[in-house]
Amino acid sequence: MQPNPSSSTLPFAWTAQVESQLADGEKVLVWLELDLDAQLHFASGLVVVTNQRLLSGSLTDATWQGWAYQQGMMLTRRDHSGIGSLELADADSLLARWRYTLSNNIAAGRLIEHFMQQLSHHLTGELPPSPEQILCPKCQSVLDTPLPPGQEECALCSKEIYTPPSTWTLFRLWRFARPYKWRLLAGFLLTLGSTAATLVPPYMTMPLMDNVLIPYQNGKPIDTDLVTLYLSGLFGAALLAWMLGWARTYVLALVSERIGADLRTATYEHLLKLSQEYFGGKRTGDLMARIGSETDRINIFISLHLLDFATDVLMIAMTAAILVSINPWLALVTLLPLPIIAWLIHVVRDRLRTGFEKVDRIWAEVTNVLADTIPGMRVVKAFAQEKREAARFRATNQHNLEVNDRVNKIWSLFTPTVTLLTEIGLLVVWIFGIWQVSEDAITVGVLTAFLAYISRFYLRLDSMSRIVSFTQKAAAGTKRIFEILDQTSSVPEPANPVHLPTVTGRIELRGVGFRYGTRSVTRDINIAIEPGEMVGLVGHSGSGKSTLVNLICRFYDVTEGAILIDGVDIRSLPVAEYRKHVGLVLQEPFLFFGTIAENIAYGKPEATRAEIVAAARAAHAHEFILRLPHGYDSLAGERGQALSGGERQRISIARALLINPRILILDEATSSVDTTTEKEIQKALDNLVRGRTTIAIAHRLSTLRGANRLIVLDRGSIVEVGNHDELMARAGHYYNLYQAQARNIDTEDDLRRQDIALKTEEARI
Amino acid sequence: MIDQPDFQLSRNAFGRLVFTGPDGQAQEGVVPVHAFPIAAPDQGIALIDSQGHELAWIDRLVDLPDELRTLIETELGSREFMPEIKRILEVSSFATPCTWHVETDRGVTTFVLKGEENIRRLTPPALLITESHGIHFLIRDRFALDHHSRKILDRFL
Repeated sequence: MQPNPSSSTLPFAWTAQVESQLADGEKVLVWLELDLDAQLHFASGLVVVTNQRLLSGSLTDATWQGWAYQQGMMLTRRDHSGIGSLELADADSLLARWRYTLSNNIAAGRLIEHFMQQLSHHLTGELPPSPEQILCPKCQSVLDTPLPPGQEECALCSKEIYTPPSTWTLFRLWRFARPYKWRLLAGFLLTLGSTAATLVPPYMTMPLMDNVLIPYQNGKPIDTDLVTLYLSGLFGAALLAWMLGWARTYVLALVSERIGADLRTATYEHLLKLSQEYFGGKRTGDLMARIGSETDRINIFISLHLLDFATDVLMIAMTAAILVSINPWLALVTLLPLPIIAWLIHVVRDRLRTGFEKVDRIWAEVTNVLADTIPGMRVVKAFAQEKREAARFRATNQHNLEVNDRVNKIWSLFTPTVTLLTEIGLLVVWIFGIWQVSEDAITVGVLTAFLAYISRFYLRLDSMSRIVSFTQKAAAGTKRIFEILDQTSSVPEPANPVHLPTVTGRIELRGVGFRYGTRSVTRDINIAIEPGEMVGLVGHSGSGKSTLVNLICRFYDVTEGAILIDGVDIRSLPVAEYRKHVGLVLQEPFLFFGTIAENIAYGKPEATRAEIVAAARAAHAHEFILRLPHGYDSLAGERGQALSGGERQRISIARALLINPRILILDEATSSVDTTTEKEIQKALDNLVRGRTTIAIAHRLSTLRGANRLIVLDRGSIVEVGNHDELMARAGHYYNLYQAQARNIDTEDDLRRQDIALKTEEARI
Repeated sequence: MIDQPDFQLSRNAFGRLVFTGPDGQAQEGVVPVHAFPIAAPDQGIALIDSQGHELAWIDRLVDLPDELRTLIETELGSREFMPEIKRILEVSSFATPCTWHVETDRGVTTFVLKGEENIRRLTPPALLITESHGIHFLIRDRFALDHHSRKILDRFL
C-alpha cells in the first residue's frame, strides 16, 4: 500500500487500467488507493480525481465508474473504529461510498481537497490555487503547508518503517563492549594462557605412568629425580593456572560490570527521551523489570557464562590438538560423541529459547499484576476485593508455573542426556584403549592421559551445554532491552533544529488534528493566540481540551496540521529547548522525593535560594513553607511531608514561575481543591499569568473570568470563540454550560440532564 | 417475544439512517453502536445521534421486527470493522515490530504488530490484536486455529 498521491505517478498495478479509462486531455491529478470494498472485505480499489471527473474502480472486476463535476456535489470523509469512509453525494442523494483503512487517511484528505478545487473550477471557472505548489522534497507530493524548517520529508514519507530486530541480538551488545575492547583482549589472552596451563597436569600423567610407575611395577626402583621433575612441573602448572585464572576473572568481571552499567544507563536515558505516547502504552512493572533485572542477567551472562564458554571452547580445541598429537586414532574415537552432543544442543536450542522468552513475558506479567494493584490498594480495600486480587495474582502465578513446567520438561531431560552421552563416550574410550594396549599399539600411560583429558573434556561439554540456556536467556533479555533502545520517539528531534533564543509567545494552530489509535480526538482546529493573551478552553470532558494542551506541550505530535510558535513549527525546534518556554501546572501536581526547594527548582536546578523564595512568594507558598518544621528543606514527595492539595499546587505554581516561561498552560489547575483554597491558588495564578501567553483549562467557568477569549470545544472541534459576554449573548454551547454551573451543578454528568431540563422549561414557557 | 419499539428507523437517499422517535421528530445520521462488541455482539445496541447522544437502547437484536433488525445489522456490518483471523499465514519475524500475513473472514491482508503488548487476552480463549493503525483483529478461539497458526501465535504469548 502506497498512498502517494503525487500527480501523474499512479501505482504500477493501476497504470494500464486507469489510462484505458481516460478520455482525451483528461489528466490524473490525485488518487487514493483503497484497501477495502463496500462489504468491508480486504480488496484493492482506486479512486482518482482527474481534471474532468471522479473515477473509481477495483482491481478484481474491471468495471469503472465516473462522475463528472456537477453543481451541488460533495465529497466527504468520516471515520469510525479504524476505517474511513469517503462519500460522494449530490444535492439529493448519495452517489457512491468507498471504504479504506486509516493508513490511507492523509491521501483521502488530499483527494477531497483536490476534488473540491476541481469542482469549483468547473462550476465557477475559478482556477484552483495551485500554481505555487509546495512539493515534498522526497516524494514530490503536494503539501498543504510548507515543511517546517529542519524537516526533510512530509508526513507521508516519514511513515513508520518496521524492521524487526535481527535474531543475532546478542551481537548488538558489541556497541556497549567496544569502549572496553583492549581490556577484553587482555582478558582473552589471559583466558588462553590459563586454559593452556590447566592442560599441563594430565599431560604429565603420561610420563609419570610410563617412566615411573609401570617400570616400578616391573621391578625397577623409583627414579626420585624424575618424580621430582614431573611433580614440580605439575605444581608449577597448577600455580600458573591459578594466577592467570584469577587475573582473567578479575579483568573480565570488571569489564562486564561496566558494560552492564552502561547498558542500564543508556536504556534509561533512552526511555526518558520517548514520548508520552510510549508510556501510555506500557506498564510500569514491565519497564522496571526490563531495566533492572534484564540488564543484570546480561551482565552475569557476560561475566560468568560467556567467559566459561570461551574457556571451554579453547580447552576443547587445545585438548583435541594434544590428543591428536599423541595418538590420532584414539583421538578420533574420543571425539566421536562431540558432534552428537552438538546436534542435541542444536535440537533443544529452539524449543528452549521460545520457552525462556515465554518465561520472561510471564514474569513481567506477574510484576504487572503487583504494579497494578499496589498503587490502587485503597480502591481494592474500599471495595473489599482482596480475595479477587489474590485470585488474580494466583492465576498469573499459575500461568507462570505452567509455562515454567513446560520449559523444565525439556530442560530437565537435557542435562542427564548429556551426562549419559559422556559416560557412553568414556566407555567407548575404555574399550578401544584396552584393545589398543593389548595390541601394544599404545602404552598404559597414553591411555591414562587420554582418560584424564576426556573426563575433563566431557565435564566441560556438560557445562557447555548449559550455555545454551544462558545464551537464550541473555538473548531474550537483550532483545527486550533493545526493544526499548530501538523505539524511536514519536516526538522526534528535528534533523536540522531551529533555535529560538527568545520567544514572544504567539501560538498558532493550523488545521490541527490528532488521532489516538483509531479514535480521532481532535479535528481541524485553527486558533491563533497572541503574545500575552489568556485563552480559556471550555467543554465537556472528552471534548479534547487536554489533548490540545498535550499537543501544544508536544507530549504528542499532531497527526494532521501544524502548531507554530512565533511562526515556527514546534516540530522543528529541539524538544527540550521548546519545553523551556512552556510552563505547565497540572491538576494533580507531582512532587518528587526531595526537599521543597529542590521541587521548586526542578525546572531550573541552578536557581539561587533568593530566586526560589521569590517564586514561592509569588505563588503564595512562602508562608506555609515557613510553617513547616524544616522550612524549604522539608522533604516533599512520597514519604515526605503531608501537604494538602492546595499546598502542593502552589509549589507546582512556584515551579512554573521559576522557569519564567513565555507560554503557560494550566490544566485544571484548581479543580481538585475546594473553593477557599481555589481562591488562594487563584491569587498565585494571577501572578503567574501576568504577561504570559496562557492557555487554561477549567471545569469551573468562574476561574476563567480573567481570560481574554474563551474557546468552546465539543467532540474535538471548536464550536464557539469569544469572551464571556459575547458567548452568553450567543446562547449556545457556552451559555448552556454556564447556566448549568450557575445552578451549582458542577459535575459533568449532570450537565446534560440539566441542559435538557432547561429546554423543556423553556418550551413550557 | 417481539415488541414493536417506540421508534422508527429508515434509510434516506444519502444512505443515512433516519430515526423517528415517539415524539414524531426525525433525526438524520443516526448510528447503531455495540455496547459490548466483543463480549456480547448481539446484545446491547444503542442508537446514537450525530451529536453523540443516545436515542434508544436495544437490549437484544432478536427482539426487533425483521425489517428494523436487518436495517441495523446492515449498518453495523458496514461500520464495525473487526476482522476475525482464521489463519496466520506468515510473520516476518518473531521479534516485534513485525508484519503479519493473515487470512481473515474479510479476506487476506497484512498488518504490522508493534509490540507483544498489542495482543490482548480477552476472556479465554479469545485474543484481540491491535495493529499499528489501531485496527483490531479478533481471534475468537486461539485453540481452534490450525497447528501452524497456533505455533506462530504461541511465540508471541
